[in-house]
Amino acid sequence: MKRRSFATGVATLALAACNEEPGATQMGQAPNLPEPRRGLLPDMTIPRPAGWGDDMPIVPQGYTITAIATDLRIPRQTLLLPNGDILVAEGSGGGAPVLRPKDLIAGFIKSLGKSDVGGGNRLTLLRDADGDGVYEIRRVFAEGLNAPYGLALVGNTIYVANQDALVRFDYVEGALEAAGPPQLVARLPSAINHHWTKALTASADGRFLYVGIGSNSNITERGWPAEENRAMVWEIDAATGAHRPYATGLRNPTALTIHPDTGQLWAVVNERDEIGPDLVPDYLTSVREGGFYGWPYSYWGNHVDERVRPQNPERVAAALTPDYSLGAHVAALGVAFSTPAMGPAFAEGVFVGMHGSWNRTPPSGYKVVFVPFRDGRPAGEAVDFISGFLDDEGNARGRPVGVTVDPRGALILADDLTNTIWRVTAPGLA
Amino acid sequence: MVAIATPGLARPLHPFHAILLAFPLPLFLGALLSDLAYGANYHQQWANFASWLIAGGLLMGGLALLWAVVELFLLPRPQRRWQGFYILALLAMWGVGFVNALVHAKDAWATMPEGLWLSIATVLLALLASWMGYSRFERGDVR
Repeated sequence: MKRRSFATGVATLALAACNEEPGATQMGQAPNLPEPRRGLLPDMTIPRPAGWGDDMPIVPQGYTITAIATDLRIPRQTLLLPNGDILVAEGSGGGAPVLRPKDLIAGFIKSLGKSDVGGGNRLTLLRDADGDGVYEIRRVFAEGLNAPYGLALVGNTIYVANQDALVRFDYVEGALEAAGPPQLVARLPSAINHHWTKALTASADGRFLYVGIGSNSNITERGWPAEENRAMVWEIDAATGAHRPYATGLRNPTALTIHPDTGQLWAVVNERDEIGPDLVPDYLTSVREGGFYGWPYSYWGNHVDERVRPQNPERVAAALTPDYSLGAHVAALGVAFSTPAMGPAFAEGVFVGMHGSWNRTPPSGYKVVFVPFRDGRPAGEAVDFISGFLDDEGNARGRPVGVTVDPRGALILADDLTNTIWRVTAPGLA
Repeated sequence: MVAIATPGLARPLHPFHAILLAFPLPLFLGALLSDLAYGANYHQQWANFASWLIAGGLLMGGLALLWAVVELFLLPRPQRRWQGFYILALLAMWGVGFVNALVHAKDAWATMPEGLWLSIATVLLALLASWMGYSRFERGDVR
């Protein structure tokens, strides 16, 4: 009896050792989905903040990475302006109340993996006036915002998705500061704001704005009423501010973008926790108008989540399967389509910024990957584009968030742990 | 007041010990009733109530357990055996209650049905521990 229990223990250890980084089986169109499981204690592995020392993030050979701005205040998303200036949204929102003893404990543990800097609630403008790759001019473009996150430019208007409202600024090319205070376009669902980030992009013709609104819980544990108008993408009429749900069942759509050729809306979505290290994969998907993507009833199409009561078989049957798995718990927070100027290996596809896991051993994410596309669809295996954010001891030297492509051939990455903006340039560009 | 220790006759529970011991049974019972309510209507707030009630039962039950352990060394030798059983009952209640707290930390319906079974077990163990604790005086008397 004793021997058997020892053998079981060894088997358990061996299984635990099998929790490798989600590789080929977890990424792509048909991820391997194990059975849901959860022990008495959730897996929590928080990589602690660590410095870079003399190291730098790892980029493909021939590419160059530099930190173009440091000491920001929680940079999340960036926007490239027509003259090459970069706008950085800085902020940290949320503040969902403690409902259970668990919230106290989990909140403390997660805070160990984050920057202790307060959110800036502002937009910072970075300019490289002489084109040498050094962003020597830095100004506060606008301040007094409420946890700004999503950014979009339409014509002469800059749209900013605060955690509670979509606002706009008039923009004149070359301006270093906003001409006036922000104008309200539409209020956004902000009660509780368990997932507070409001992702933003504009339709190709600029008539509509798409706003990603995350769920108010992991899996409805804050109650059903809290989920009204959550876990969906809103379409907002830029002229009137009128909104309608564009797609639903998207647990936490953290970044949105439009395919440059097809005009199709794409999103990266963070999926649910606490049913195992390899469930549920975060994903990249085209967002179909009127589509329902499963949350909370099911995941990856029709895989029912038994934690949800009452269940809804009709909704489960209607749930769409996402296009491309990014791996469980990678926390994709940034997405941007590439351009041929990024080099032949990265000419067609999307870059995805992965903030990194807090509930998986070993940690996953903590890098920027490139998902190749062909004919407007993901085609092939994702490859690392920026990595090295975890050191040998498993500590975090940075946490990637938003990614933006500079059409001249550079990728802009916001890092909210080291409060840095990184810029990766293709061979041949300063 | 003068405390007189008569061999063979148990001292009654210290009032503070009695107050601490008064908490676990009603709190764990409240958690069980909350679990039943959650199962009946899927209203998440009942699961939240259960979580806090269990946490409260563990806090006060833990203090009662601590008191009982300290007291073990102050009691006359003949009563230590009985105190030992009482401590074991409290310990079992606390241990099962702690596992129940972890189960109740799962999200939404993931707490069920294990949470309900553990809540029932915790209530029964709290009943046993309270019975043993409060019957000490009587028991000493009889002897």
